Amino acid sequence: MIVFDKVEKWYGSFHALKDVCETVAAGEVVVVCGPSGSGKSTLIRTVNRLEPIQGGRIAIDGRDIHGPSIDVNELRSHIGFVFQQFNLFPHLSVARNVMLAPMRVHRMPEKAAREAALALLDKVGLAHKADEFPPRLSGGQQQRVAIARALAMKPPVMLFDEPTSALDPELVGEVLTVMKQLAAEGMTMVCVTHEMGFAREVADRVIFMDAGAVLERAKPEDFFLRPQHPRATKFVSDIRHA
Amino acid sequence: MHLDFGAVLTPQYAHWILWGAATSAALFLSSWVLAFASAAVLVAIGSAPFRGARWAVAGFVAYHRNIPMLVQIFVWYFAVPQLLPEPLTRWVNSHNSEFIFAMIALFLNAAAYMSEDMRSGLRALPPAQMEAGRALGLSYLQTMRDVLLPQAVRAALPALVNQSLSLFKATSLAMAVGVAEMTYTSRQVENETYRTFETFAIASLFYVTLSFAIMALGAWADRRNLRAAGH
Ligand SMILES: Nc1ncnc2c1ncn2[C@@H]1O[C@H](COP(=O)(O)OP(=O)(O)O)[C@@H](O)[C@H]1O
Ligand SMILES: [Mg+2]
Repeated sequence: MIVFDKVEKWYGSFHALKDVCETVAAGEVVVVCGPSGSGKSTLIRTVNRLEPIQGGRIAIDGRDIHGPSIDVNELRSHIGFVFQQFNLFPHLSVARNVMLAPMRVHRMPEKAAREAALALLDKVGLAHKADEFPPRLSGGQQQRVAIARALAMKPPVMLFDEPTSALDPELVGEVLTVMKQLAAEGMTMVCVTHEMGFAREVADRVIFMDAGAVLERAKPEDFFLRPQHPRATKFVSDIRHA
Repeated sequence: MHLDFGAVLTPQYAHWILWGAATSAALFLSSWVLAFASAAVLVAIGSAPFRGARWAVAGFVAYHRNIPMLVQIFVWYFAVPQLLPEPLTRWVNSHNSEFIFAMIALFLNAAAYMSEDMRSGLRALPPAQMEAGRALGLSYLQTMRDVLLPQAVRAALPALVNQSLSLFKATSLAMAVGVAEMTYTSRQVENETYRTFETFAIASLFYVTLSFAIMALGAWADRRNLRAAGH
């Protein structure tokens, strides 16, 4: 479904992605991990064109998404993206955050959009917060709203960029529960995360990155118990003792 | 000094004063609405990643900030009609041209100032807000309109209230091209009655009252925003 083919990315003279070749099949859950600065965010941000690439090709369902004939707004409306810092719209109620894109991009009528939003908020356990404003919610609640907001466009793929890293430890579980539920429903997911428990429970594959290159790909239990590459070994030992 | 408000509030003069008050209010409201909308458009254009658009907006702002308001009104009232085709000039002249040209000059000037305030409000927002909108599939302009500008306006609210007050007071300059607004009609009443103090006391009361109303509206909007933000 998503194919990275020899992807190269430069920030000026800094080589941020080096010859990345990966395939994510429909329904697959892939966890991307690696030390800070290794290019994980950069990698998933190239998939919805928040970052341009300078070499290679990224195809979704066979379409070259960095090609000239792609309508970038249309492309993004089919790819859910969840940010580390939630990035909810603080001036809009929770329900309005979820309704905005369907109303503007799909021209969905307000009433239908609200019903759909309430159903999604119910799914993430926050229907009772629909008319609250985001700054009043806890971090875990905000991230669950952000997931509902992304799901409102009914994307076949969801990308997560360290969705639990900004949360207090006691709030991580509620977000992971929602993500596990999505995985169980068959959503195609690419998640940048260091949550080993999540990876072992739902990921089909772990990709390990360092310095812009993919150094290892493995089944989660193999990766966390028997990492092959020396830098992967060091990384796994570091997060175990964190 | 002996005050006699009766002399300036005879039915005829009271009518003039009310007419002036209504004209001032209409001039303010129409130019405010146009200024606010144009300022939002200017900010959206001026923040776009095209150098030409940014320069055009910067030039517009510089013109309106550096030339006296009265000159801008004169340009619109005396100079611009000479550039218009003859039939259009005749049409405008038969349709309250003083009011229309004064309003255009006032709203363009206020738009320049308001767009600067909104732009600083915009700069204070986290860049991730634009990204979050774009990641959902909203276009640049949709994200501007629904996500960034409402927050920028909130952040710039105190400054925008000040610009609104300036705009309101600047409506009195329209008397220079013969718009029968409050200052103009007060001057007329004063001319006829020689009741200088009474006449301008009434005019001042009018300006103070509406200015307070503008400030009260601003304070109300501010309180509403704070509640929404969870304070
Ligand atoms: N906009 C940018 N401009 C320049 N360098 C960047 C930019 N974004 C990221 N980088 C650099 O690219 C590298 C990879 O960043 P990132 O993908 O955010 O890493 P990760 O998400 O794995 O922590 C880092 O060295 C970072 O400093
Ligand atoms: Mg990152």
